[in-house]
Amino acid sequence: MILSYYPGCTLKTKAQDLDLYARKSAEVLGVTMEELEEWQCCGAVYPMASDEIATKLSAVRALENAKEKGQDLLTLCSACHHVIKRVNHDMQTNADMQMKVNNYLQLDEPYTGETKVVHYLEMLRDLVGFDKIKEKVVNPLKGKKIAAYYGCLLLRPSDVLQFDNPENPSIMEDFIRSIGATPVETPYRNECCGGYVSMENKKLAQKKVDLIISSAMEKGAEMIITACPLCMYNLDANSTEHKLPIVYFTELLAEALGVK
Amino acid sequence: MDKFLQEQILRMSGVNTRKCMKCGKCSGTCPAYDEMEYHPHQFVAMVESGDIDALMQSNSIWTCLSCFACVERCPRSVEPANLIEAVRLAVIRQQNANHLKAQEIPENLEEKLPQQAIVSAFRKYSK
Repeated sequence: MILSYYPGCTLKTKAQDLDLYARKSAEVLGVTMEELEEWQCCGAVYPMASDEIATKLSAVRALENAKEKGQDLLTLCSACHHVIKRVNHDMQTNADMQMKVNNYLQLDEPYTGETKVVHYLEMLRDLVGFDKIKEKVVNPLKGKKIAAYYGCLLLRPSDVLQFDNPENPSIMEDFIRSIGATPVETPYRNECCGGYVSMENKKLAQKKVDLIISSAMEKGAEMIITACPLCMYNLDANSTEHKLPIVYFTELLAEALGVK
Repeated sequence: MDKFLQEQILRMSGVNTRKCMKCGKCSGTCPAYDEMEYHPHQFVAMVESGDIDALMQSNSIWTCLSCFACVERCPRSVEPANLIEAVRLAVIRQQNANHLKAQEIPENLEEKLPQQAIVSAFRKYSK
């Protein structure tokens, strides 16, 4: 199985582990991640205003490149996934946006949202299958109690993201089971970590993060996994009360598959 | 009341404020509620009444986390976060009205701060 892959800027710099272990694990699972030859930063936040066009073009270019290759577009960073998936939805459903973007890009054939956007976790669930992962695990993380932290960007708004049940998701818990560990459900797993506001209001992020971590500890979690570099930063650097190891989910996958 | 500004905010956000049934769920679920001068449900009511200057001057537009909790949980699909974004844009699209300036970045840099944080903040706070 070959997928076009959009890594995004943070996976080339501060979140290299998220990328590296995803690639190593994909090899074991028979998935080829073909990085797009040219990609630009997605902008990290989805531009919500109806008159924002230029800020969506980098996502459209990535989607168009995958379309030319006839491949699904694989994402890994939560922010990139959110932006690219929502821009793709605009290109499918918003005639005004379609016209303006295509007038500007002047492609051989207009882009109207043909590419399928697949997050790495969705790839594990829907294309590989958690049962298949179970078979490939050589180093099951037995007895490890792990809390999944979903954050915001993979789940909401659910009518566009269609990732999982936005209020009671299970994909990351199913992932944790597939590598032999024990999932611990926590009440703040789909509430915000403070996001980019931590750049100027650290206290706000600290309050959110302390709630997330203390509730995970109360439930007996020994570790928290995430798919988002900004959640990773906030949970790791902005907790003031307790510390728990915060790990990218791909690192645990690689460990279980014996390729870390 | 600035009718033109109100129309602009409604057009940019795509929100129909009249769908709101004032249940307050958006503000009840907002993770930044404690830090905000005006809360998500007040954005809906104040844009509806045309009281936009007060929103433009409030700290709420910089405090919204864009977590989409209010969007997801609104029983009437009003999408308050879209209104907050539109008001924020109405501010930073003015000359010299950027909330975050490039020269402020170096002092905020930390070893572990991901590029995603800086890019996101720039997109939300500057034009």
